[in-house]
Amino acid sequence: MKTENIKFIQGNEACVEGALYAGLDFFAGYPITPSTEIAELLSRRLPQKGGKFIQMEDEIASMSAIIGASLTGSKVMTATSGPGFSLMQEALGYAIMTEIPCVIVNVQRGGPSTGIPTHVSQGDVNQTRWGTHGDHAIVALTASNHQDVFETTVEAFNISETYRTPVVLLYDEVVGHMRERLRVPETGELPLAERLRTSVSEGVDYHPYLPREDGRLPMSDFGGVHRYNVTGLFHDMWGFPSDNPKVVHGLLRHLVDKIQNNVNQIARFKEFYLEDAECILISYGSSARSARHVVEYLRPRGERIGLLELQTLWPFPHDIVNEKCANAKYMVVVEMNMGQILREVKRAVKNPERVFLANRIDGVFIAPRDIRDILRIIQGKGV
Amino acid sequence: MERCRLVFSGSGGQGVITAAVILSEAAVLYENMNAVQSQAYGPAARGGATRSDIIISESNINFPKVIQPNVLICLTQEAYNTFCNIIRPGGLLITDTRFVKTEKKVDAQQKELPMYVNVMEKIGKPIVFNICMLGAVIRLTDLVEPESIMKVLENRIPSDFLEMNRKALELGMELTETIKS
Amino acid sequence: MAIKDYIRERFFPHIWCPGCGHGTVLNSLLRTVSQLGMSRNEIVMVSGIGCSSRISGYVDFHTLHTLHGRALAFATGVKLSRPELNLIVPMGDGDALAIGGNHFIHAARRNIDLTAIVMNNRIYGMTGGQYSPLSGHGTLATTAPYTNIDYAFDTVELATAAGASFVARSTTYHVQQLAKILKQAILHEGFSVVEVLTQCPTYFGRKNRLGSAADMMEDYKNNTTPIGSKAKKENPDLIERGVFVQKEIPEYCSEYDKIIERAMKGK
Repeated sequence: MKTENIKFIQGNEACVEGALYAGLDFFAGYPITPSTEIAELLSRRLPQKGGKFIQMEDEIASMSAIIGASLTGSKVMTATSGPGFSLMQEALGYAIMTEIPCVIVNVQRGGPSTGIPTHVSQGDVNQTRWGTHGDHAIVALTASNHQDVFETTVEAFNISETYRTPVVLLYDEVVGHMRERLRVPETGELPLAERLRTSVSEGVDYHPYLPREDGRLPMSDFGGVHRYNVTGLFHDMWGFPSDNPKVVHGLLRHLVDKIQNNVNQIARFKEFYLEDAECILISYGSSARSARHVVEYLRPRGERIGLLELQTLWPFPHDIVNEKCANAKYMVVVEMNMGQILREVKRAVKNPERVFLANRIDGVFIAPRDIRDILRIIQGKGV
Repeated sequence: MERCRLVFSGSGGQGVITAAVILSEAAVLYENMNAVQSQAYGPAARGGATRSDIIISESNINFPKVIQPNVLICLTQEAYNTFCNIIRPGGLLITDTRFVKTEKKVDAQQKELPMYVNVMEKIGKPIVFNICMLGAVIRLTDLVEPESIMKVLENRIPSDFLEMNRKALELGMELTETIKS
Repeated sequence: MAIKDYIRERFFPHIWCPGCGHGTVLNSLLRTVSQLGMSRNEIVMVSGIGCSSRISGYVDFHTLHTLHGRALAFATGVKLSRPELNLIVPMGDGDALAIGGNHFIHAARRNIDLTAIVMNNRIYGMTGGQYSPLSGHGTLATTAPYTNIDYAFDTVELATAAGASFVARSTTYHVQQLAKILKQAILHEGFSVVEVLTQCPTYFGRKNRLGSAADMMEDYKNNTTPIGSKAKKENPDLIERGVFVQKEIPEYCSEYDKIIERAMKGK
């Protein structure tokens, strides 16, 4: 018999379910394949709970609108794909600088430029890290199945509120479009981080950019009793522009440190058969499905192979990857780009010359056979 | 069958993808199985050759695409010509006599069913052609119960149309027995 | 409340050049807000980048100093999320109509209740005097050393064509009219555009030999005329001032409330 909270839906829909579970109030977006289903579904679902949906004139405006809405106290999200994500980089930097919580979904397709809209890729990993200008830190999560899409979406909102930072959900076309089972967790089953609001009362000075001792910045909703300034310029604890070198240095360090000092808390990953693995596949997003298929195929055939599936791509969990790979003879990064996470893995482990790449960059979803062919070459057995 | 891989192919507008979604949704929601369904995107979905992959399994499904289907449905000549070679040896190939003339010999059990003609004769609405095809698929594979398909349809379509769909589903099931191929 | 209570006094004197018209716009705006008796907590000022956008630093409202050209998009998010707030969006001419041109026409098309003030000094002042989309054919700028061959937008016509439900124009010379128009614009329910001709003696004036700030304001007096005046018929080159468009059409946030009502009823 059907259980009410079981759904058979697309990954994009699972993302919507996760966002609503997390308390999404406001979505602004612009249509783009392969993320459009998220906007379509939210245009129906958000007003049903009194939330707001708006289709803006482009992705620049979408990103700007959600930042504005977040400042008033709403939980906000936008969704896009590569070309739109490029347009969002400007306001993404603004959200980083002004520390305004927001969630950006990028359902990746092949690039550069218009690229290959209906086909899969994982080519935006480094754009997510470095797409906006200036030194900064960013959080990016990903997932390979719908249950994890749901959970990482909820987690994205939690991290966004906790650290007052934009969080990017870096899904891909395969996960976004395929349909599979999702069990929607009961209310209360997953923890939700709500916005930390200031306890400073009316008439008492509120310093919007003066971190508490624990580093967190309590917010005051725009329209509330505390009037303050928000600017993309370097700013002091009142939010007013400053070019005082101490202020500039202090703010930039704060923006980077609040993320980098919490790498291990932010890191989400899954491991399969790592205990005795001589070969460790490292993958994420939809390509982790093929990698896991390979591991589960080769294990019964006696190969000591395991999988480390990363769900947090940024900040990259170098220490965790290093520790997990400490006893392996070699590592193979499985991804659908020219080695964007490969580079990070090489930087993380003690023996970077033992890190190899199994990839596809032709818009075709990487299959278990592709990975096994590369494993055979690595193992010197030929294809 | 522990795991069944299916490919539904035809042209945009035949309801091929909808049928794939209905079948896999029935398996997940009402038969407590796992399923993944994916499809070709882009202009093909709006006319031209279209394809949807389905895997239905009692266990966890990792790789979601189908390389060699156990069951292949071809509802147009173009789909047949494109996909007939990918079938798993010994698999089941279902075609519609109105749209497909089978030529190549494939190592598969071939069922050429006059589904479209029968739908038009007995129901008169081409829109339920895909449901008739689903009837044939579930009778030949035993993947899900017909009632599970009907439950999915109850949530998807206005109640006025349920009876017509039930007829189409049953018609497809009957055709597999009356037509020997 | 006294006008002084609406400003952040500690940031004065302001950064604008001597003779700049932007201070006059700020003055008119504060008088208007004071006359209307608005609470500081109910006003959100959203600005972009440029000389004009610095206005948000001086007012004691909720102030959001955003990205070049994007002020209206940010403001749209604030307003739709909290429709009870009053949104005032001052922009420069380059800010509003070049880099922000797309946001400008779409905000107008939606008729979302924002008050857009286009402070038109016909130049990019912050970067030192490059031609803007309102500089006009034949003008000089640091990026038009051989004269500008770009034609200018007419802000009023553009806003009207894009669907703004309130469109007006005034100048820094006509401060009484400006304050009156700003009042109407703020009270108007829907997207309102107020173009203010404001002098930049430092760059536009100097490059184009227009004399001092006072000379430029004198030009506003001599070269503009009330809408439909006799003078306009005799001299079509005069720039008209006043309210060009004022129409009651459904406002975006109220329309969205109806969507919510329908969605909640499941229709």
